[in-house]
Amino acid sequence: MILSAEKKSLLWQNYFGVTIRNDQLSIALAGNPNVGKSTIFNALTGLHQHTGNWPGKTVNNAHGSYQYQKKPFLIVDLPGTYSLLAHTVEEQIARDFLCFANPDVTVVVLDATSLERNLNLALQVFEITPNVIVCLNLMDEAKKKNLVIDVPSLERELGVPVVATAARQGKGLEELREKILQVATGLLQPTPRQIKYSSDVESALKELLPLVENITNNSLSPRWIALRLLDGDQSFLESLSNFLDIDQVSFQDWEESKCAQ
Amino acid sequence: MKNAERINSLSDLSLGSACQIVSLELSGLLRRRILDLGIVPGTLIRSIRRGPSGDPTAYLVRGTLIALRSEDASQILVRKLSNGEECV
Amino acid sequence: MCAMSSSRNLSEAYGQAEYVRKAYRNSFSDQIVADIYGNAEQITKHVLSSKGRHRIGFDQIIDNLVTSKWFGYPLMILLLVGVFWITIEGANIPSGLLASVLFAFQDQLTLGFQWLGAPDWVHGVLVLGVYRTLAWVVSVMLPPMAIFFPLFTLLEDSGYLPRIAFNLDHIFKKAKACGKQSLTMCMGFGCNAAGVTSCRIIDSPRERLIAILTNNFVPCNGRFPTLIAITSIFIGGAIASYSGIINALVISGMILLGIAVTLTVSWLLSITILKGEPSSLVLELPSYRRPKIGAVIYRSVIDRTLFVLRRAIIIAAPAGAVIWILANIYIGELSILSTVAHTLNPLGKLIGLDGFILMAFILGLPANEIVMPILIMSYLSTGSLQDFASLEELRNVLVSNGWTWLTAVNVMLFSLLHWPCATTLLTTYKETGSKKWTFLSFLIPTLIGFSACFILTQVVRMLGLA
Repeated sequence: MILSAEKKSLLWQNYFGVTIRNDQLSIALAGNPNVGKSTIFNALTGLHQHTGNWPGKTVNNAHGSYQYQKKPFLIVDLPGTYSLLAHTVEEQIARDFLCFANPDVTVVVLDATSLERNLNLALQVFEITPNVIVCLNLMDEAKKKNLVIDVPSLERELGVPVVATAARQGKGLEELREKILQVATGLLQPTPRQIKYSSDVESALKELLPLVENITNNSLSPRWIALRLLDGDQSFLESLSNFLDIDQVSFQDWEESKCAQ
Repeated sequence: MKNAERINSLSDLSLGSACQIVSLELSGLLRRRILDLGIVPGTLIRSIRRGPSGDPTAYLVRGTLIALRSEDASQILVRKLSNGEECV
Repeated sequence: MCAMSSSRNLSEAYGQAEYVRKAYRNSFSDQIVADIYGNAEQITKHVLSSKGRHRIGFDQIIDNLVTSKWFGYPLMILLLVGVFWITIEGANIPSGLLASVLFAFQDQLTLGFQWLGAPDWVHGVLVLGVYRTLAWVVSVMLPPMAIFFPLFTLLEDSGYLPRIAFNLDHIFKKAKACGKQSLTMCMGFGCNAAGVTSCRIIDSPRERLIAILTNNFVPCNGRFPTLIAITSIFIGGAIASYSGIINALVISGMILLGIAVTLTVSWLLSITILKGEPSSLVLELPSYRRPKIGAVIYRSVIDRTLFVLRRAIIIAAPAGAVIWILANIYIGELSILSTVAHTLNPLGKLIGLDGFILMAFILGLPANEIVMPILIMSYLSTGSLQDFASLEELRNVLVSNGWTWLTAVNVMLFSLLHWPCATTLLTTYKETGSKKWTFLSFLIPTLIGFSACFILTQVVRMLGLA
């Protein structure tokens, strides 16, 4: 959603239980369970953390802040999930946050020792937002298992910055901070690879796309909405109409203020 | 190629051997869970070990070990790999 | 304008999508997931190469042992006994040291209060009440926690815990529960409230409820120092040369009993109020990792030990004051404390305890850590003994208050099986959102605790063993 700073902070407060200041750049941290996501979160934020639950859910919500190059950042640790196709509460929360909270940067943490499975989540995130950084964690473990990952060519394949880290050893974190800053400030503009579906799916998408193009004023990828429609994903449609209502209210406010002038 | 097309269930897979997923006869949340872990039609899967009492079984899929109960694995249809096919 | 019509657009699109979905012979959802993985596979092929052939060699070797038919279970029991043995042996000396330092300081405090000319009751509430209880909590609780938590965090970080779930799943399946319940029980060793929260990892709501309702049968950190103290006094102490290992075996036995009760109650729940087929298990067995010692110490000391200790102290300090006041306000012949204890005594005796013990457990509802300190405070405030610094002296206090080995066993049983602490109950309410389930999580252990002690006591008395 494209929202004013005040609207954004209200939305974050009410729907995601996170307090964000207007000057803070926002980061979402996504990843599978057990990939060292919380190690990275702790390393970035140190002791500046808040923990609690997501509003109305029994799922942990952790967020924290840090400064880098005199810029204040707010980082939200999303629940660890294998996918965003929303079969569990955790996935629903992660998906809604990425779709509707509009974070400035999304960092997807991948386990270098099981790249293929972790890419599943990364590719799904790519469909939602372009401002993604891939953090290839557990490089030390991968090395122990004799796995060699060609990072520059992965970067080319994915179209987003890839930072190799071994967070438990504190390796690569400085580069991660730097890349986050560059993407957040627009210095670096990733062009994430989009999933190529099989012809059946693609032709069905073509059929649906014209119908969904106008739904969100392009603040959310029409392709993603069409995919969820094909998926028959009820929970997403609920969230979508829910957040559309908010958008609508903001739109009305804006129209009214224009009339008043 | 003779035995290549024989369809079995994953639970019948002998320990240490590999096969390819044909289809998932499961439903509901479990089906989605298993799909999300990358057990989709076409995936190569190898059974690695059984629990001390014979169940569950841990399978190697896409570089990770995933344990499934035999009841659930019996609902996953697989085909044996013919000689020379790529292994996991 | 555009946004106003978007809801209509959405439902229109949804109708069309339904039409497209129905016209397709396969499931789009399956195809979508398969396609995403197809893309991931392609990318991986381009960027990943492996130097050696054996990709999971090291894990294989450990797993061959840890999940083997012959060694899987014995190894788990060995680890359990080992962890408690190290905890008990390791805690012994610092515990004694802390006690003697803290109680020596109590005398200094008393002198200080006398020098200041403080009234007796001020000295009573602050030194004999608050300080003495705190000294007890710290000297009894801190050393075992400071050893147990790092050991546990080490196991957690190494990746061993999912193997426990893997090994035990078939037993939980028989109880119509989920193998991941064993992971929530492991968390329960640290703190039952944390254990209840960790039940979130269980997907099926039915199995999650079972795990929540039974988590209390794992003795938490507030309880096993009580178990350790009592075994050390009454059981291990009897055979001096091997006391450490015998105490560890007794504690492990208590934990196995707790596990047996957990499984039985889980099974009973699944065939009565929580009926249903066992659903499924999808368990990832992550690679073993060498734990980072720094992170282990930080997490176990800061997040766990100090957190639990702080909570215990916050509750123990006012409790100590209240106990002293109750013990020193007299109604007629007896102090309020004794009056309450005497009222509870018949019920206590029936289950092989006494009124003071039962009262200590009731007052310990806010935190199990304070049960022993309250009990000793109560005994001390009524008897002639005023000070002690060693387990031997503690034994004298208990024996002079009529304890036998049966009392000791019953206290351990009751500690293992009685109601959850207030924090756990509150967490259960938060997690289930239901007063009914919270009440059941209180009722079930309470009934079991009372019945177990009652049956044991009656049988032993009938046989004339105690």
